Amino acid sequence: MTPELAKTLSHGMRRIRTVEETIAARYSEQEMRCPTHLSSGQEAVPAAISAVLRPTDLAVSGHRAHAHYLAKGGSLKAMIAEIYGRVTGCARGKGGSMHLIDEAVGFMGSTAIVGGTVPVGVGLGYSLMLKGTDDIACIFLGDAVVETGAFYESLNFAILKNLPVLFICENNFYSVYSPLSVRQSHIKAIHEKVAGFGITTQDGDGNDAASAHEIITKTVADIRAGKGPAFLEFSTFRFREHCGPNYDDDLGYRPDQFIEGWNAREPIRQFETRAIEDGFLTLAGIDQMQEEIENEVKAAFDFARASDFPPAGEASQHIFANQMKGSWK
Amino acid sequence: MRTFANEIRDGLDQALSDDPSVLVFGLGVPDPKGVFGTTLDLQEKYGEKRVFDMPTSENAMTGIAIGAALGGFKPVLTHQRLDFALLSMDQLVNNAAKWHFMFGGQRNVPITIRMILGRGRGQGPPHSQNQQSWFAHNPGLKVVMPALASDAKGLLLASIFDPNPVIFLEHRWLHNAQTEEATDMPIPLGEAKLLREGDAVTVVSVSYMTIEALHAVDVLKEQGISCDLIDLRTVTPIDWAKIETSVKKTGKLLMLDTGFKSFGIAGEILAHVTESCWSSLQLPPARLTAPDYSESTSPALTKDYHVRAEHIAAKIGEMTDKPVSIEPILNQRGAAHDVPGTWFTGPF
Repeated sequence: MTPELAKTLSHGMRRIRTVEETIAARYSEQEMRCPTHLSSGQEAVPAAISAVLRPTDLAVSGHRAHAHYLAKGGSLKAMIAEIYGRVTGCARGKGGSMHLIDEAVGFMGSTAIVGGTVPVGVGLGYSLMLKGTDDIACIFLGDAVVETGAFYESLNFAILKNLPVLFICENNFYSVYSPLSVRQSHIKAIHEKVAGFGITTQDGDGNDAASAHEIITKTVADIRAGKGPAFLEFSTFRFREHCGPNYDDDLGYRPDQFIEGWNAREPIRQFETRAIEDGFLTLAGIDQMQEEIENEVKAAFDFARASDFPPAGEASQHIFANQMKGSWK
Repeated sequence: MRTFANEIRDGLDQALSDDPSVLVFGLGVPDPKGVFGTTLDLQEKYGEKRVFDMPTSENAMTGIAIGAALGGFKPVLTHQRLDFALLSMDQLVNNAAKWHFMFGGQRNVPITIRMILGRGRGQGPPHSQNQQSWFAHNPGLKVVMPALASDAKGLLLASIFDPNPVIFLEHRWLHNAQTEEATDMPIPLGEAKLLREGDAVTVVSVSYMTIEALHAVDVLKEQGISCDLIDLRTVTPIDWAKIETSVKKTGKLLMLDTGFKSFGIAGEILAHVTESCWSSLQLPPARLTAPDYSESTSPALTKDYHVRAEHIAAKIGEMTDKPVSIEPILNQRGAAHDVPGTWFTGPF
C-alpha cells in the first residue's frame, strides 16, 4: 500500500457509493424511469480493478454495471444522462441503466440478459489475441452467471485458445431473492467448480479493497504475460434490493446474522480505518475527497437533467448500420 | 462449370484474401469434408487463427463472434444445419440484432452466420427446419437466402462486408447446383431478381423453391402461360417494389416458401401485397409452403410433404383457369422424391 494507492482506492469506492446513493435518493422523483440495479456495498472490487486496468483494456458487464462502467473510466455524465433517458446519455437514451457503453475507455457494453456478455468478452479477448497486444478483456459477472450454459461454453473456449481474459465474479449470494443454496450445489465453491476446467482461479474477500487489489494486480500481470485466462471469485454483499432504490431486508429473505456480519465489514469504512491507522490517509484528506466527489456527482445530475430528451424520430432509428465502424486494418 | 458450393468457398476465399479482419469458423470448417466442400483448404491458406474448428457451443460461439466483431473483425460462423443454430437465439436476438440499436447507433456488429437448411432423405424433424421467419421477425437481423449458384458468391460477399448481422441460409439441395456465370462482385442485399417475365401470375420464391419454380414456369411457358418469377434473394431487407410492380401488372400472386405455412414469410408477403395492391388483385393471393407439421424421416411419410414443380404448375393452372399438363415435369424427374438429384446419395 502507498498513500497514492490508498487515495485511489478510497476515491474509487466513495465515487461509486456517492453516485449510487444519489440515484437511490432521487429515484422516487420518477425522472429516472428504468430498472436500476445499484452497486452500493460492492464497491471494493471495481475500485481495485480500476487501479489496475488501462484504458486500452476492454471490459463488459451485466445488469448491475454502474460500478464497472465507472471503474473502467466511463463518463459519469453520460451514465447519469442515460439513466434519465436523455440524448446525451451514453446510448442516447436507448439503453438505460443496464446498457452502458463508453468505447473511448474500453467499456464495450453491458446488457440485461444474465451471462449474455460473457461470450462477447471472450470474443473481445480473441480479437486482442489476434492483434497481438498485451491488453486484456475483463468480464464482470455475478454468481448467477455461473449457472448459465453460455458461461461454461465461453470459459472452455477462453482456456482452449489461451486468451487474455479475466473473469471477475462478484458473488453476493443472492439472485434477486433466490439464495445460492437453491441454485448451486454446496459441494464446491464457485471458484472450485471453475478450477476443474483447468484455469487459474483464486477467491478473495470482495469487501477488502487492499487484498482484492493485490490479487487482481498479480492476476492481470500474469494474463498480460501470456499465461492465459484467469477466474477470480470475490464474495461481497449488496446493501439494497436487487433492483431499485430501497432496502428490502424487511422481507426476511436474507438471515439477520448474514446481514449483520456483512454490515460489520462495510468496505469503505473498513479500508479507510486501516489506511488512517497506517498513515496512508487522513480524515481531512478524505473529507476533501468526498466534497470533490459530491461536486462531480451533482454536476453530472445537473447535466443530465438539463439535457434534452432524444427527438421522437430516434425511436425508429439505429435498426441497421450504414457503415462499418471500428474495423481492424 | 461451377457449383453453388464452389461459389461459397470462393466467396470465403476472396473475403479472407481481401480483408485480414475476416474470420471463418464453425464445426467442421477445416475437416476433410469442409462443410460440403464450402470451406476446403481455407485453413491451410489463412492459418489456424483466422480459420478454425470450434467447440459444440453454438450460443457462446455466436457471442464470441459478436465480441470479435466489436474488436474490429468480421467473423463468418457456419452451422451445418439451421437447427443447431437455434441454440444461439439468445446471442443472435438479444445481442447481435440489438447492439447497434440499444447503444444508440454507436457500434455495428458485422457478423455473418451461415446456416444450412436440410430437406429430405431422412433428415427428420430437427434437421430440416426452414425457420427463416424466426430471424426475419427480428429488427436488426438481415436474412439472405440465395437460390442460384450464380448469386451465391455475390450475396455471400455482400453479407460478409455488410456492417450488420446477416443470417445467410444455404439450402443443402442447392450445393451441387451449377452455373457458368458467377460474379466476383458483391450483390447488394435487398434486391430481388426477376428471373422470368410474363403477365399471367407473379410467382415470388426463395431459396430452393426457386429451382422448382423455374421448372414449373418454363414448362408452363411452352403451354402458353407466362409468369413473372421473382427470386427474393434477401428476405430482410425485402424488395417490396419489385413485388408490387409485378403484382400490379399480373393481378395475381403465388408465394413459394420452404418454411412452415403459418406465421411465416409467405404469410407476411401475402399480407403486405393485400394491403398495398388490393385494388390490383384479381384473386386472393396464394401460397405454397411446407405444411404445419415437421418433416418425418421415413420416405413413406415425405412423399407429399414438399412443394415440387408439378404442384406449382398445377396451382398456376388453377389461378389462371387454364388447363396445364404436368407430364413434362414428371418426365424430367430422374430421381426419387426425397433427393435433389441422382447425385445425392447421402448421408446428409
